[in-house]
Amino acid sequence: MKQPIDIDEELRMFDKPKNVKRLLIIFFTLTGVVLAIDFFYHKHAIFPWEEYFGFYAVYGFVACVILVIVAKYILRPLVMRKEDYYD
Amino acid sequence: MINALPPATILILGALPLIFLKGKAKAVWMLLLPVISFANLLAIPVGSHWTFGFLGFEIVLGKVDKLSLIFGYIFHIIAFISNLYALHVDDRVQNVAGTIYAGAALGVTFAGDLFSLFVFWETLTISATFLVLARRTEAALGAGARYFMVHVAGGLCLLAGILIQVQTTGSAAFGYIGLESFASYLIFIGVGVNCAWPFMHSWLVDAYPEATITGTIYLSAFTTKTAIYFLARAYPGTEALIWIGAMMAGFPIFYAVIENDLRRVLAYSLINQVGFMVVGIGIGTHLAMNGAIAHAFNDILFKGLLFMTMGAVMYRTGKINATDLGGLYKSMPWTCGFCIVGAASISAFPLFSGFVSKSMVMEAAAHGDFRFIWFILLFASAGVFHHAGIKIPFFAFFSHDSGIRCKEAPKHMLLAMGLTAFLCIFIGSFPNFLYTHLPFATDYNPYSAGHVIAQTQLLFFSALAFTLLLLAGIYPAEIRSVNIDADIIYRKGGRWLYRACDWIFNGINDFGDKYFVKKLSSSVNDFFSDPARNIQIHGARMMVEATGDERPLAGRLRAIDQRTRNNTYPIGGGVLMAVLFLAVVSFLFFY
Repeated sequence: MKQPIDIDEELRMFDKPKNVKRLLIIFFTLTGVVLAIDFFYHKHAIFPWEEYFGFYAVYGFVACVILVIVAKYILRPLVMRKEDYYD
Repeated sequence: MINALPPATILILGALPLIFLKGKAKAVWMLLLPVISFANLLAIPVGSHWTFGFLGFEIVLGKVDKLSLIFGYIFHIIAFISNLYALHVDDRVQNVAGTIYAGAALGVTFAGDLFSLFVFWETLTISATFLVLARRTEAALGAGARYFMVHVAGGLCLLAGILIQVQTTGSAAFGYIGLESFASYLIFIGVGVNCAWPFMHSWLVDAYPEATITGTIYLSAFTTKTAIYFLARAYPGTEALIWIGAMMAGFPIFYAVIENDLRRVLAYSLINQVGFMVVGIGIGTHLAMNGAIAHAFNDILFKGLLFMTMGAVMYRTGKINATDLGGLYKSMPWTCGFCIVGAASISAFPLFSGFVSKSMVMEAAAHGDFRFIWFILLFASAGVFHHAGIKIPFFAFFSHDSGIRCKEAPKHMLLAMGLTAFLCIFIGSFPNFLYTHLPFATDYNPYSAGHVIAQTQLLFFSALAFTLLLLAGIYPAEIRSVNIDADIIYRKGGRWLYRACDWIFNGINDFGDKYFVKKLSSSVNDFFSDPARNIQIHGARMMVEATGDERPLAGRLRAIDQRTRNNTYPIGGGVLMAVLFLAVVSFLFFY
């Protein structure tokens, strides 16, 4: 299964740094566009805070940062053990 | 009388010929069974069928209404897909156990009484255990044994509840129970074990990733969803469920972020998704119940799809840890594509199935003004995209190139995944096909502009957080490790209990041996070898201590020796004893 790899031949679409950069630029632009929609559309919300500008965007971003930080710096030191912990 | 069979019979009895069938015949039979069973189900009209008396109670094998029907439909769909996915498996244990397992889930779903429900409930446990054991690795045998023990404990709790319930109400009918009596709490907890409630959940993340590649597909569909069905039938609107569900939606995502085994990541996200359903049932309004049940329907598909893609990766590469994988999009482009469909569905992207059901639960929470719950669910929605939506496809198919070059998944696996992926997109795009089958009539429209924009913003910025954290190097690198969870209570707890018992009981034993067996008995023995003499000697010594005059001691001891040897006691002593004895007796008597 594992064969010596010819890097130039094997590198495809998502491996080439140039393509990755391009992809990232597209992605960042899209997030900007998605956020900008809030300028033009007024949401009919149930909770008042849903109508704040960019509420969902900020919440999604902050939630994920908190999630990762807590998982990495608090949960992992607490629960991580060696693979043979239960053996 | 109708010409159909009870819904569970075809799959359960039809599984038995799989013991003998081989090759093409087996493949055809495995694919045909769910189809026949489904046709049979369609032939059963709404109502209660196959009722007969048992010990003075009424057994109902076919309670058919909208609630049981929708679970019946999805169980047939996933049974067909799982069997298709497992066509290559030439292991009788798995083939038989998988099909019986699906049949048992149907049995629970259509049971109209608590007794037959319990029998099918336990059939679920037994057949599921074999799907874990069938991997035949040491880890799988351990996980299977623990799976069995936990579910037997839960089953006994359920049985105790059922017996008390039947005894007090005088009826075995399975319907609304509600949290009222002691029995209803026992049933509630027994079902909670299967539903993977917090602290009762670890069997799931323990066993599912250790099961066979195909076994996990069956497992992910039936056990937790039958529990959801049970709760929807017996405990709708129970407030405790809102909090339990919110916890389930919240805590597993933290574990999923740091977990290395990608199937275990999916197991954690399974609990997270079931959390949404439990919240929906807890809220109990028509919208919430519809949302919970629609989400169960969708989750069976997209979670099955994700497990199938990871199974295909495991089948081809033999690896499942994020640390060993990466760059597989070149070798397995189709599997990669299906995985992304599953990821988009579980993350509730518009046009994918998760979107049309999760939003119902969210909206029901908002309408009920459950603010805190709403925030947790929104957090969980962002989190699930993070770990199941991005992490799974990214670490398996992209990330750094692991150097693994393998074949694309086998055709029947691709077919199974493709069919499921199609259903995910179809339901996401045309939700009314699902909505018309929900228990309560609904004109809910998930595709309002506000919903779509809100969800898209949430997901894009979750993805942005992932990207930036990854680029900044803050995203936790995958590490080969075990993350301890609630199962430590019984995995290490057994040893702790052993040590504690060792210390306590062997301590008591040592103490008893030292003081009672050795010291006390020998001194008692010494004393009673000549009690009269020993008392006198003791008295003489005390007298010496009291007066401080040691001179008379030697003479007295000699006198005592002489008296005891010759048995010549002064009469006065005997009289004194007799008088004292009488005084004590009369005191006791008259007082």
